[in-house]
Amino acid sequence: MTAIFSGTRTLLYKEVLRFWKVSFQTVAAPVLTAVLYLLIFGHVLEDHVKVHGVGYTSFLIPGLVMMSVLQNAFANSSSSLIQSKITGNLVFLLVAPLSHWAWFCAYVGASIVRGVVVGAGVLFVTAWFAPLHVDNAAWIIAFTVMGAALMGSLGLVAGLWAEKFDQIAAFQNFIVMPMTFLSGVFYSVKSLPPLAQAVSHLNPFFYMIDGFRHGFFGVSDVSPWTSLAVVGASLCVVCGLCLHLLRIGYKIRH
Amino acid sequence: MAAAYNPAFSAPPMPAISFQNVGKTYNSPRGAVHALGDVSFDIEPGEFFGLLGPNGAGKTTLISILAGLARASRGTVSVLGHDVVSDFAAARRSLGIVPQELVFDPFFSVREALRIQGGYFGVRTDKRANDAWIDELLENLGLADKANANMRQLSGGMKRRVLVAQALVHRPPVIVLDEPTAGVDVELRQTLWQFIARLNKEGHTVLLTTHYLEEAEALCSRIAMLKLGKVVALDRTSALLAGTASTMLRFKMDAPLPPQLAAQSRVTGRIVQITAHDAAEVERILGVLRQAGCQPEDLEIGRADLEDVFLEIMSGAALTPALSQRDSEPQRSLAV
Repeated sequence: MTAIFSGTRTLLYKEVLRFWKVSFQTVAAPVLTAVLYLLIFGHVLEDHVKVHGVGYTSFLIPGLVMMSVLQNAFANSSSSLIQSKITGNLVFLLVAPLSHWAWFCAYVGASIVRGVVVGAGVLFVTAWFAPLHVDNAAWIIAFTVMGAALMGSLGLVAGLWAEKFDQIAAFQNFIVMPMTFLSGVFYSVKSLPPLAQAVSHLNPFFYMIDGFRHGFFGVSDVSPWTSLAVVGASLCVVCGLCLHLLRIGYKIRH
Repeated sequence: MAAAYNPAFSAPPMPAISFQNVGKTYNSPRGAVHALGDVSFDIEPGEFFGLLGPNGAGKTTLISILAGLARASRGTVSVLGHDVVSDFAAARRSLGIVPQELVFDPFFSVREALRIQGGYFGVRTDKRANDAWIDELLENLGLADKANANMRQLSGGMKRRVLVAQALVHRPPVIVLDEPTAGVDVELRQTLWQFIARLNKEGHTVLLTTHYLEEAEALCSRIAMLKLGKVVALDRTSALLAGTASTMLRFKMDAPLPPQLAAQSRVTGRIVQITAHDAAEVERILGVLRQAGCQPEDLEIGRADLEDVFLEIMSGAALTPALSQRDSEPQRSLAV
């Protein structure tokens, strides 16, 4: 049993160390990107838009934090796995006595760590630009961890499925990026026409952003409990798929 | 010795490695490809065992199944009695695999890579005792001054040494070397074989695949040869050498060989090698050469080596005595 935990802990440590060794690229760069979004959109819209009774820059900050958490959690597991597959060093893991649960816990755990580190970085830098208070930290923590876990699992699925970097980039640019941008990071979905609102409600990313934002302002487009249920159900589905693919060695054990 | 080395087994009654009726079929767009067909043999604890065969014979597929990198379509494989599928964790803890491909993780230093690999196997990465073993590995493999170098900074030969160290970092009782000396210099070969031979003497089982047949002849006490996914020879190395043509005529010649000798000859440039089973056959070969007006230079008569045996078996010209039993007995009985 000790050996099992040691193996899982080592893989988690290795995955965290991997992104930390290139933290300029994996942490500093996404923080800078988020700050640029804030500066540009905040400058243009601060005096014209109020959402849920708060200034636009304040409204934007939680959305940017959560978007960074989600995108970086996905990037961590997917890029690590595809790099290992393509360079061949995945063999070191494949010959190790690690179960599919160990792989899952370590990769998803590291994704959560990176998501939280980047999210905290974005929050720390952007919080200087507008007043921000925390209404309920429990919602913030719950949606951060669940959202990062969901995206870490999705990144693992993408990493297992992809056979080249192109496919991971396509997954990121044509699925993850549009779904995060269209989830209400930059606007309240209540400002959308009815059809777009209905479509937005089919997007699980919307519930992650909306529930996370509720933790700051105490108001949101839908009830945080509804968001929690949708995110929880999505998390179960993606985790189940991911564990199944790991168990059968999908595209990694032939 | 910086640290005592105790293999984690004490004379278990079961084979170190057991392949039973192992088959592997890949599905490809062109149809099913049979990479392995009904392979069965055991490797006993403490053996230095060679697995030989031409490219595409199925050696790496067999090792991949053993290591858990691939799954057998049929049959079972076990390591020290642990099935590699149903009891994979115990089986993999008993195995140290040196992969054929020169792969490395570019994010880490040599010491970090070794600590991480040990950690996967339950060896605590923060224990000083394990660092003593890592230091001993680095010392024995000529890597001591590269411990803190990033993997990207190492030459190909150095990276190969790290692969060996990674396979040994959890002190496995069974070591599998898949063409470990492919493309490496003489110095590394010497260092590596001295170290592996020492581990074998200390009780470790070694399974080696290599295209360098002189290495297999020098190191392996028993050898299996694979051809097109099937075992075509399995015997003690000495028996293999004795069981086929034991005499080899070597000479240099500019003229083409007489047609009646061409089939049993191996020609490399001007150098001709012809197998002969006894003195009478040597006489006959020399007679054919004289009749054809050939003038061989630097003629030598010597014993056949493993390369000659290998070529003879692969060409289908000979089967070992042990293998000749295949038609009448289950293949399991071939294990010597």
